[in-house]
Amino acid sequence: MTIEQAEFGRTIPRIESKQKVSGTAEYMHHFTLPGMLYGKIFRSTISHGKIININTDAAQSYPGIVGVITGEDIKKIIPSPYYGPAFLDQPILALDKVHFIGEPVAVVISHSPHIAEAACQLIEADYEELEAVYDEIEALTSSAIVHDELKPSGTFPDLKHLVGRKNTNIALDFHLRYGDSDDAFTKAKHVFEHAFTTQQGMHTPLEPMVSIAVPGDQSITLHSATQMPSFVRLEIARLLGWKENQVRVKSAHLGGGYGAKVYIKLEALVTAIALILNKPIKISLTMEEQFYTICKHATTFKIKSGLDESGKIIARDCKVYWNGGAYADIGPRVAQKSGFTAAGPYDIDHVSIDSFEIYTNRPPAGAIRGFGIPQLVWAYESHTDMLAHELKMDPLEFRTKNILKNGAKQATGTVIEHMETELVLNTLAEKMDWGGTFDRGTGSIRKGRGIAIGFKASVSPTTSTAVMTIHGDGSCLLAMSTVDMGQGSDTAMAQIAAQTLGISTEKVKVIRPDTDVTPYDMGTLGSRSTFHMGNAVKLAAEDVLNKLQLMADKAGLDKNLAHSPDVILQKTYGMQAGTVVGFGSYKPSYAPTDLKTGASSNVTPFWMVGATGVEVDVDIETGHVKVNKMINVVDAGELVNPKIANTQISGAAVMQCGFTFSEEMLFDEGQLTNGSFADYKIQGIQDVNFPMENICVKSNHHGGPYGAKGIGESGTFGVSPAIANAIYDAVGVRITSLPITPEKVFQAIHMKNEG
Amino acid sequence: MNNSKSIRFQLNGQTISTVVENHINVIELLNQFQLKGARESCGQGLCGACTVLVDDLAVSGCLMPAVMLDGKSVETVESLSGLNESLHPIQQAFVDQGAFQCGFCTPGFIMMTKHLLDLNPNPTDDEIRNFFAGNLCRCGTYPEIIVAVKQAALSLQQSSTL
Repeated sequence: MTIEQAEFGRTIPRIESKQKVSGTAEYMHHFTLPGMLYGKIFRSTISHGKIININTDAAQSYPGIVGVITGEDIKKIIPSPYYGPAFLDQPILALDKVHFIGEPVAVVISHSPHIAEAACQLIEADYEELEAVYDEIEALTSSAIVHDELKPSGTFPDLKHLVGRKNTNIALDFHLRYGDSDDAFTKAKHVFEHAFTTQQGMHTPLEPMVSIAVPGDQSITLHSATQMPSFVRLEIARLLGWKENQVRVKSAHLGGGYGAKVYIKLEALVTAIALILNKPIKISLTMEEQFYTICKHATTFKIKSGLDESGKIIARDCKVYWNGGAYADIGPRVAQKSGFTAAGPYDIDHVSIDSFEIYTNRPPAGAIRGFGIPQLVWAYESHTDMLAHELKMDPLEFRTKNILKNGAKQATGTVIEHMETELVLNTLAEKMDWGGTFDRGTGSIRKGRGIAIGFKASVSPTTSTAVMTIHGDGSCLLAMSTVDMGQGSDTAMAQIAAQTLGISTEKVKVIRPDTDVTPYDMGTLGSRSTFHMGNAVKLAAEDVLNKLQLMADKAGLDKNLAHSPDVILQKTYGMQAGTVVGFGSYKPSYAPTDLKTGASSNVTPFWMVGATGVEVDVDIETGHVKVNKMINVVDAGELVNPKIANTQISGAAVMQCGFTFSEEMLFDEGQLTNGSFADYKIQGIQDVNFPMENICVKSNHHGGPYGAKGIGESGTFGVSPAIANAIYDAVGVRITSLPITPEKVFQAIHMKNEG
Repeated sequence: MNNSKSIRFQLNGQTISTVVENHINVIELLNQFQLKGARESCGQGLCGACTVLVDDLAVSGCLMPAVMLDGKSVETVESLSGLNESLHPIQQAFVDQGAFQCGFCTPGFIMMTKHLLDLNPNPTDDEIRNFFAGNLCRCGTYPEIIVAVKQAALSLQQSSTL
């Protein structure tokens, strides 16, 4: 076998391109079955309260209604209907209490989604209202307690200490102690402390969440727009007390995920209804309903740094409060696994981090592109810029002086390897022409520029497996449970497989996730697939090659010549026949973090780095900020497909521009008031009206497949603080809360002028 | 009360006679004909994922009652090419420029491109941005879309001058 050209590192269009431009790509959005039922969710109208009565009579008797299901009905077939990846706190439908406005309380079922929707309006629920709390800081001391008792899922040893805790809204407290920051602060020449906040937002995938359940003979099949088919199988089997092989989960192309479609969303609900009614059922959310399902954490971050005379950061103290909403979902992992990087990519000898996941009576918060990192970078890079200005140092010089380099220890104690922070920063400075002259603007338009850099540890430990099959004619099937939601994983994995097998990418057919067919994968999230699944695919392909070599030897083929798979198979079987199956399983090494100190000698298999530089105009008469230029620089290791990599970076940066300038879920006493694209503004094409350059520095991640690592989130890291830093540079005002609206900038300018 | 109506319309060049319920929108009707390129997403005519051409005008299919198609002509992304045919220059441009990620909004952008290039064969970047103000791509693939529209404009001009 000879490789005529490298498949790894080649820019080719996504392998499903033709399906996507012809309108034929399959999404679960369109999945239907004959006789299928549709469910419409009736939702809580209060933030916190005991359920007194749910009157479903009028809905039940509405013409065309098959049934109305409440939490009590679900209990009859699933006695303990609580789910969640970290805490078993979320009921399939509300039981006893409701915890936020928008929480699912009942489902109306009909053959027509329109009839179900009409009848849903006829349900009446009575509640005994309880005191509610919405703000993450107020929730620390409020007498309103969201959950009577913490219910961590038993499978995680590091959550066991939380079992049975009462009278608290702190779902999880993560602590890191590195060095002795108390002592170091007393020795510091300068100490500065600032606080920053971020807002609650939503992923808003354009394909709203959708799941279909089809009951079978002691089995159930789920067709779901999920990023985690393997986890869904596991969790549904656990809920039902079934074996994993009784639950089949199929995914398709996702019309966007961004972390919204991880863990359980609608899958448990459709499963329960399908088993109660013994009929296939589909539930599709509206755009508005997505806002009640999973969100981006609002945060408050108090950060304090101690510096020596030279401008070296010697101590940093971080207190991060994550507004987790009413159910934990994966929020506690955000608080932990991103929390330990809260001091930023800087070499600091004394670090203290306390990161708290907090229950409130808002819609639940979980994973979203960056897994909490954009909220952290917003604070530590705004703060870092402020330190530089306090010391009258250039922001680039200050960062360069303190940057975390390979060979140094991160605050967990893990020695940094293959993380090109310095190169990323230098490349950004060069592309920004940081040392060059810069026009500051005149009149009402003032110009400024800013930079920011962030980093992320890949979540660990997680496992990916892949199966590769070679047919008699040498063509290849790749079976894996990684979900292509637009990031290009099908293409990337086909390229890695092709590179290893020595065939062209076009010859590899990727099988869509189907847990009866495709083997286990932890999930498609956190930029983990290229590294983890990429390694599994490479191992599977190598397994195929080994088996083919053994077959070739056995068949008596000339050992000195290379033989293509079809020749080996035909020689072995005497005709076009047979199958060769290769298997690959990959789980990186990991050392758990210490419960008290957060210490770990090996906290992650790889680090991601992302930096952004911007030039902006600030209109001092209106507070409007216009980005004139954006440069994103990342360390993504070797690139599997340079064009797709570039699009991932720019797409991430565009999304983060939304969270920087406009996106904010607004609440009135717990009631979301802008759950629609009319009032919740995501970035449109007119908002991206500036040149954007995306650069991947030359880097090779040892241990990654052909040197590759993750890329999907790195473009989000630096965007928000770079913009805030540029605004400061332009007009000397500091915005400390996201989003950066013209009103906030105008008010800040006004306050400064008032003195 | 009569809750349905007989309509007759052109769908991608074919004459269709059918009875539709009054509350069904254009997207639901297209789904009945197994046309799935136009998709209802925001349900409010704000995202453009449901864009189809009705009498050569781009409309939000999620906002238009299907009964209003009576006597009209509808074009969807499926009219440009089938899966096993060579792609239309607009579709080819989107593939070449990698102008989509998840692909859910793509048929809407492609039909808008067709409408734009019918009206203005050689649009500037600003004209493209202005025309696409009502189409959202949550994956943020806007820079690539602009390049794709310009490639499509160029290749359509070249093919029309041959």
